[in-house]
Amino acid sequence: MSGIPLPAVLGQLTLGLVNGSFYALLSLGLAVIFGLLGVVNFAHGAFYMLGAFAAYIGLQSFGLNYWWALLLAPLCVAVLGVIVERLLLRHLYALDPLYGLLLTFGIALIAEGVVRAGFGSSGYSYPVPEQLRGGVDLGFMVLPVYRGWVVGASLTVCALTWFVIERTRLGATLRAATENARLVQAFGIDVPLLKTCTYAGGVALAALAGVLAAPIVQVRPLMGSSLVIVVFAVVVVGGMGSIMGAIVSGIALGLVEGLTKVIYPEASNIVVFVVMAVVLIFRPAGLFGRE
Amino acid sequence: MKMLKKTIAFAAGPLLAWLACMPARAADEVVIGDIDDLSGVYADVGGQGGIDAINMAIADFGGSVLGRKIVLVSTDHQNKPDIGASKFREWADQRGLNMLLGGSNTGVSIAMSKVAGAKKVPFFAIGAAGASLTGADCTPYTIHYVYDTTALANGTASAIVKGGGKTWFFLTADYAFGTQLQEAATRVVTANGGKVLGAVRAPLGTTDFSSFLLQAQSSGAQVLGLANAGTDFVNSLKAANEFGIVKTMKPAALLAFIDDIHSVTLLTAQGLTLTTGWYWDANDRTRAFGKRYFAKTGKEPSMDQAGFYSATTQYLNAVKTVGSTDPDAIMAHLKKIRINDMFTDNGYVRADGNMIHSVYVMQVKTPAESKYPWDYYKVLKVLSGEEAFGSQPDPTCAFVKK
Repeated sequence: MSGIPLPAVLGQLTLGLVNGSFYALLSLGLAVIFGLLGVVNFAHGAFYMLGAFAAYIGLQSFGLNYWWALLLAPLCVAVLGVIVERLLLRHLYALDPLYGLLLTFGIALIAEGVVRAGFGSSGYSYPVPEQLRGGVDLGFMVLPVYRGWVVGASLTVCALTWFVIERTRLGATLRAATENARLVQAFGIDVPLLKTCTYAGGVALAALAGVLAAPIVQVRPLMGSSLVIVVFAVVVVGGMGSIMGAIVSGIALGLVEGLTKVIYPEASNIVVFVVMAVVLIFRPAGLFGRE
Repeated sequence: MKMLKKTIAFAAGPLLAWLACMPARAADEVVIGDIDDLSGVYADVGGQGGIDAINMAIADFGGSVLGRKIVLVSTDHQNKPDIGASKFREWADQRGLNMLLGGSNTGVSIAMSKVAGAKKVPFFAIGAAGASLTGADCTPYTIHYVYDTTALANGTASAIVKGGGKTWFFLTADYAFGTQLQEAATRVVTANGGKVLGAVRAPLGTTDFSSFLLQAQSSGAQVLGLANAGTDFVNSLKAANEFGIVKTMKPAALLAFIDDIHSVTLLTAQGLTLTTGWYWDANDRTRAFGKRYFAKTGKEPSMDQAGFYSATTQYLNAVKTVGSTDPDAIMAHLKKIRINDMFTDNGYVRADGNMIHSVYVMQVKTPAESKYPWDYYKVLKVLSGEEAFGSQPDPTCAFVKK
C-alpha cells in the first residue's frame, strides 16, 4: 500500500463507517424479522424509501421538521407494517419461506410503483437540519457534522435493539417464541401479537434509516432497491437471523467497501458480494450464525 | 372446416392490430415529436419546460402551418436509448412524424439519430452534448442545437487553464456524454500546457458523491473538472462544498444550467466558471423571451428550453418557406439560411449538422452582485461560433464531402 496516501485511506474508511452504519441499521431490521418470523423481507428497501418519503411529505405538507420526522416517519411505516403482517404475511408462516419472499417482493414493487406514479422517478432533496450543518476538520478530511450524527444515531439504535432482544425479558420471550412457538403460547403469551409487533418494529428500523438517509441521498422511489441487495448480502455474511452478526458485518462491510475505493475503486460495487461468496464457502451459516 | 375457421381467426388478429395502427391522416397535420428526459436527472433543464417552449413556438404560428394543424406528441425516454429509439421509430411508422426534438441524453440521442437517418425524419438534438452526433454518429437529418462537448471544453476548460488552473482531476458521468466531455476537455487542457492527473467515473444518477470527491482531493490537482450535468452536477457540487473540497480545489462546471445554479443557490455556486449556449439576460431579445417564458412557467428558461423554442420556430419557418414537410428540402433549406432569432444572431447549420453560434463563458455572481431574481451570470468572454465549435465540419462525419 506504499503508493496510497494515508489521508485517502482514512477518508474513505470514515465514509465507509457512514455507509456501514446504514447497512447495519437496515440489516438489523432484516435480521430481526428473519430471526423471529422466518420471513425474508424483500420489502425492506421499500419501507426504507417510504420512511424517507414520509419525512419529505411531513416537511413539505405539514411543516414537520427533521426531529419530528425521526419520530413520526418510523411510526407511520410501522402502522403500515402491522397492516401488511395482519392482512397478508401471517397466512404464509406455515408455508415455505419462498412464499414470504415473493409476497414481500410484490409489496416492494407495488410501493415503488405507487410512489413513482405520485412523485415521479426523479429525486427530491431534503435539507440537512440546521443544528447539524457545517463540517468538522479531522485533519485528513472535512467530515460534515450530519454524517457524524448518522454514525452515532445508528450505532445507538443498533446497540439498543441488541440489548432489548438479548438482555431483557421481552427479548427472551421473543427468542423463546422463535425456538418453540407452541410452548410459549402454552404459557399464555400472545405469540401472533408478538410476531406482528416484531414485523412492525423491523420495518420501523428501515424507515428510521430512510429518514437518516434523506438529507444525504436524494429522496426517490427507487432509493431502496439498490441498497437492499447489499443489505441482504450483509445479513448473509453476518449469519441469517443473527442480531450481532448483522450489526458487526454491516459496519465491517462498509469499511471494506471504503478501503476498496482506495485500492481498486472499480471493484467497490462488488466487493461486498465477493466477501459474501468467500464467507459462504468457508462458513455457510455466516460469521455469527449457528450451524 | 374447423381448421379453416381457426386459421381465419388467427389471421384476423394481426390484421385488426394493423388496422388499428394505420397512420392517422398525416397529410392534414404537421406532427412534431419530443422525446426527452421527463422524470430523471435532466428533467429540470429540458423536460416539461421544453414541451412548454415548443408549445409557445406552435402558438406563435397560430397552431397551424400551410393550412395543416400542428400536433405535438411527447414521451419520456427515461434515459434509456432503446426506449427513445423505439418510440421514434413507432411515431415515424405509425404517426406520420415530421420532425423530432429532444434527447438530453447523449446515449439516447445517438440511438435516435440512427432512426432519424433510417426514417429520414429531421432530428433536432437538444440537450445532448456529445459532439459525435455531428461526427462519427452524424446523419444528413440531424441538427445539433445549443452546445456540444467541443464548445463546452473550448469555453470552460480553456478559460480555467489560461487562468492558471494547470492540473486537473475529472469527476465524470459514466456514459457516452461524460467520456466525450472529458476527452474534449482533456484535449483543451493539455493543448494549453495543463496536465490531467486522473479521473473517476460515477454512474448516472449517483446521489452520494462523497467517496468520488475524496479520490479527487487525494490526487492533489488544482481543478475539479465536473464532466457531468443536471442533478449529478448539483449533487456533486453540493457534496464538494459540504466536504470542504472546494477549499483545496477549484470546481470547473463543464456543463451547468441556470436551473442548477438556481437550485444550489449563489452561496454555493458563486465564482464558478461555466459555459452556456444562451442566457436569458444577454440582450433585449433574450430578455423578452425570458419574460414570456417566465409568465408561463414561473422560471427563466434554461439554454435547452430556449433551444426548443428556437428549433421549433426555425423548423416551422422552413416548412412555410419550402412549402412542404419534405425532409430533404427542409434540411437543404436549413443548411442554407442564417438563423436570427431570440437564440442567436447569424447562426448557421454547418454541413455536418452542427448549429454554429456564439457561446458565453460565464462566471457565477456572488450573492452581493446579484441584483434581481435569476441575475446569476456575468460574462467573462464571448466565443464566436467558429472559436467554440471549430471552423470546419467534423472530418469523422461520413456523409460530408471532403
